[in-house]
Amino acid sequence: MSEVKPLLSVENLKTCFELDEGTVKAVDGVSFKLYPRKILGIVGESGCGKSMTIKSILRIVEKPGRITSGKIMFQSTKSQGKAESKLVDLAQLEPHCKQIRSIRGNEIALIPQEPMSAFSPVHTIGNQITEAVLLHSTIGTSEAQEIAIKCLREVGIPNPEQCMEMYSWELSGGLRQRALISMALVCEPSLLIADEPTTAIDVTTQAQILNLLRILQKDHNTAIIFITHDLGVIAQLADDVVVMYLGRVMEVGPVDDIFHNPQHPYTKALLKSIPTINTVNRSSLPTIEGSIPHAFHRPKGCPFHQRCQDMIPGLCDQKTPALHPVTDHQSVSCFKIHDFVDQP
Amino acid sequence: MNPAKSPPNPTTSMGSTSTTMSDDTFRDDDAFDVAPNWKLVWWRFKKHRLALVSGVVLMVIALIAVFPDFFSTRNPHKTSAMQSFMPTQGIHFFFEGSLIPHMDKLVGKRNSTTLKMEWKSHKTQKVPVGFFVEGYDYQILGIIDTNIHLFGVSDPKSLQSIHLLGTDRLGRDQWSRLMHGTRVSLSIGLVAVSLSIFFGILLGGISGYFGGWVDMIIQRFIEILQSLPPIPIWMALTASLPRDWSVEQTYFAITIILSMIGWTTLAREVRGRFLSMREEDFVMAAHLSGCSQMRIIFRHMLPTFTSHIIATSTLAVPVMIINETFLSFLGLGLRPPAISWGVLLQEAQNLQSIALAPWLLLPGLAVIITVLALNILGDGLRDAADPYS
Amino acid sequence: MLQYIIKRLLLLPFLLFVFSIIAFILIQAPPGDFLTSYIAELAASGSSIERAQIDALRTLYGLDQPYYIQYIKWVSRLLTGDLGFSLDWQKPISELIGERLALTLALGIGTFIFTWMVAIPIGILSATKQYSFFDYFFTVFNYIGVATPTFMTALVLMWIAFKYYGLSITGLFSPEYIDATWSFDRTIDLLKHLWLPVVILGMDGTARLARVMRANLLDELKKPYMEMARAKGLSEWRLVMKYPVRLALNPLVSTIGWYLPLIFSGSVIVATVMNLPTIGPMLLRALISQDMYLAGTIILIYMILAIIGTLISDILLAWLDPRIRMEDN
Repeated sequence: MSEVKPLLSVENLKTCFELDEGTVKAVDGVSFKLYPRKILGIVGESGCGKSMTIKSILRIVEKPGRITSGKIMFQSTKSQGKAESKLVDLAQLEPHCKQIRSIRGNEIALIPQEPMSAFSPVHTIGNQITEAVLLHSTIGTSEAQEIAIKCLREVGIPNPEQCMEMYSWELSGGLRQRALISMALVCEPSLLIADEPTTAIDVTTQAQILNLLRILQKDHNTAIIFITHDLGVIAQLADDVVVMYLGRVMEVGPVDDIFHNPQHPYTKALLKSIPTINTVNRSSLPTIEGSIPHAFHRPKGCPFHQRCQDMIPGLCDQKTPALHPVTDHQSVSCFKIHDFVDQP
Repeated sequence: MNPAKSPPNPTTSMGSTSTTMSDDTFRDDDAFDVAPNWKLVWWRFKKHRLALVSGVVLMVIALIAVFPDFFSTRNPHKTSAMQSFMPTQGIHFFFEGSLIPHMDKLVGKRNSTTLKMEWKSHKTQKVPVGFFVEGYDYQILGIIDTNIHLFGVSDPKSLQSIHLLGTDRLGRDQWSRLMHGTRVSLSIGLVAVSLSIFFGILLGGISGYFGGWVDMIIQRFIEILQSLPPIPIWMALTASLPRDWSVEQTYFAITIILSMIGWTTLAREVRGRFLSMREEDFVMAAHLSGCSQMRIIFRHMLPTFTSHIIATSTLAVPVMIINETFLSFLGLGLRPPAISWGVLLQEAQNLQSIALAPWLLLPGLAVIITVLALNILGDGLRDAADPYS
Repeated sequence: MLQYIIKRLLLLPFLLFVFSIIAFILIQAPPGDFLTSYIAELAASGSSIERAQIDALRTLYGLDQPYYIQYIKWVSRLLTGDLGFSLDWQKPISELIGERLALTLALGIGTFIFTWMVAIPIGILSATKQYSFFDYFFTVFNYIGVATPTFMTALVLMWIAFKYYGLSITGLFSPEYIDATWSFDRTIDLLKHLWLPVVILGMDGTARLARVMRANLLDELKKPYMEMARAKGLSEWRLVMKYPVRLALNPLVSTIGWYLPLIFSGSVIVATVMNLPTIGPMLLRALISQDMYLAGTIILIYMILAIIGTLISDILLAWLDPRIRMEDN
């Protein structure tokens, strides 16, 4: 098998917010690789930096946040109108320069967390979807509208022509989510980023949307990164998993390995806290002791050590473990598994 | 917790950054948890330094309004043809190295062609000025007789008097008139706004609480009032006040006229809030636990927007002050012998007057400073009282 | 939307009727009538008038009839286009008002255009470059602008122009054009003089509008659809202009309703100070001399302008915001 190059390679990404009260390290050295047509799930508690990571990739981090170090190597295939392949470091680009703008929407598309407010209330759905097409191609308006209608039909919206003339507040939650997905796919991006795609909708619609994403991914050959805090969704959709905590990657690997052979204490604890069919009736669910430290008071050493049952005193609270491979496909950052210290 | 939400509050009007305190400080501070609402508002208000300064300025102005004679240097009604159109006189504090407050003596001569007085500083003669001197007699708050003034000519028997802001065409001291005008201008604003609040809450509350046809009638009434152009109406109403009414009667009539259109905005807001609050869970809870209607209205619903009312009222007072000022300026509002800032500015109504005596415009500064201070204070109160930021 | 407009238009006659009654009450409010103040004036200047003559004049002007008859007569004349007769000026009102009304409208509309053209860009720049020097500078300017009454600005500017440049900036025309007939040159002369009153009159409104625009835009800039639009690849400038500016403008449009009539009636003060030939100063004089029909007609004109302003703003609002348009369906 020839060496497949990764579509996206994040290397030691760090994003900080410099505030009056202190510096918040939202993303503190995150690394992972995404291969073409694969689905990567990023999972972790609220505040672990998942959203910030993908915002950093798209370079839409709000001020006063900024990327302080690291690389985001992306395999661009549609550089500025030409169909040539180029490796771009997204971290090096100016936040709103022409190059990044031609990548946004065109090669990397976002499905945001809240379908409720992602559309402008005074512009029609059609207007906003065709805008996406017109931004990244030279075709005319009516052609762009045709493409938009085709995309709406593809995501399962019953009456696409009518939907084009409607406003976002006239649609139900599920339809809105589908319209958002269609807006993301309309330019045939090679990477789709979905920020908690199922959090804002009810469970039955959730199943439909996940199904839809799977079908679309196959049909359009898109890679997907999606964020969630729901391990069940990970199990259903992901090929690979990244487990994050306090801005760092705890463990990364194929979904089967993570679920059946978790290495990191945090991953193990997360998996244990999911109720299963085998759980004994009326027993209390195991939880993770303690709570997430305050943003300005991150602990020294391994970020998880204060809540870890396997903490090694003198080591885990002094040095930060590096993300080091344990098998061909699985990497973990834990001193219980290896001795490699992170070089900042 | 999204760190991006910590940056300074951008809706503070002056763009000042208020330092957000991290949760840890407050978690330890019990006082914060049990502080009543007004204390919370006060703490947030204290951080807005410009609003605090404005508050202090307004307190000084209020002091002047309550004790105008103390700050005046001469009886504001006293006319003197020989001393008309004197320009502003500054107080110099140092004389040949030592601290002796004084002012230049002014010598006047009547211009034979224009028949107006013209004034020049005497080259050598100086008039000593002191603080807490004796001057004309007056009564503090109408009870206590005294004749002490903040500053004035040191020698009580001297015929000279100090005119910080000059005199007008009748020789009246502008500074003293400004001090007295403060009381009238400020109080008209306050009374007019108080009346507006009263009617606004009353009618808005009735409208919002009872709904139905009561609401409909009051609403149509408000709509008609709001469609009227206020300035011509005020002009017509004030012009119709009989000339022979006393100063007090005119004063009250003007406050009523000014508040007539002002209450509608507040009424609409109160009604809106009452309407939406009726459906709120906390009102239903109060009802279910047995509270009477009156108790629900006053104890539960009204306090939720008291701070909003205070903030909007503070912002409404300067509007009323400006309205009275320009009505009197046009000659339609208060008339002499009443003294208000508008009456003072009436003397500066056209180019001829101010070309001759530009200092007649200075009372306008009093208006600007007061209105500015009130606006900044009101903005600060509004931001501090907003529970959602 | 058509339904909405028609509904509003149907209300007009009713409103006008109510307003005409209010106007009539207002002008009848002062004790006495034109003749009493006329007599007082004559007495003050030393002359007098015979009792019989007064009674004859009273009957001639209809001042001896009961109020409702006077009202009916007045309104019916108005409906036929007869604006009445000015007792003070001794001329038909339509002659007096004609040109002044046109100039009042020119002043009002000019101020409106100035206000919006200046305030919106300032508001946008202040919001997008928050905390910059520009923002602070305009915040300060804004506060002072709102605190300074318009007539003060007018007086101070007039004084400065006089003292340092020897100019006397009053009126709307140079001396040679005052009574001339309308021509292209006269229009140019008007524009040369109009800009100063427009700026003075517009300062207050510009300050307020820029402030509200800034606040609205700041709110909109934080909304989620901004992030989404950015993620699509829109440039910052296009993004701001297409979405949040559009949304921030919506509530502002409803302010046109009360702002337009405010400029028209607010120009009274500046017009008096600067001696402009608009209907404001005429109203002042009519009120003081109790020239009833003139005062009443002018007040009614202001009221009509107010209604038109509200109507325009309602229609604009419905056109801009699809949520309101849909309410009727």
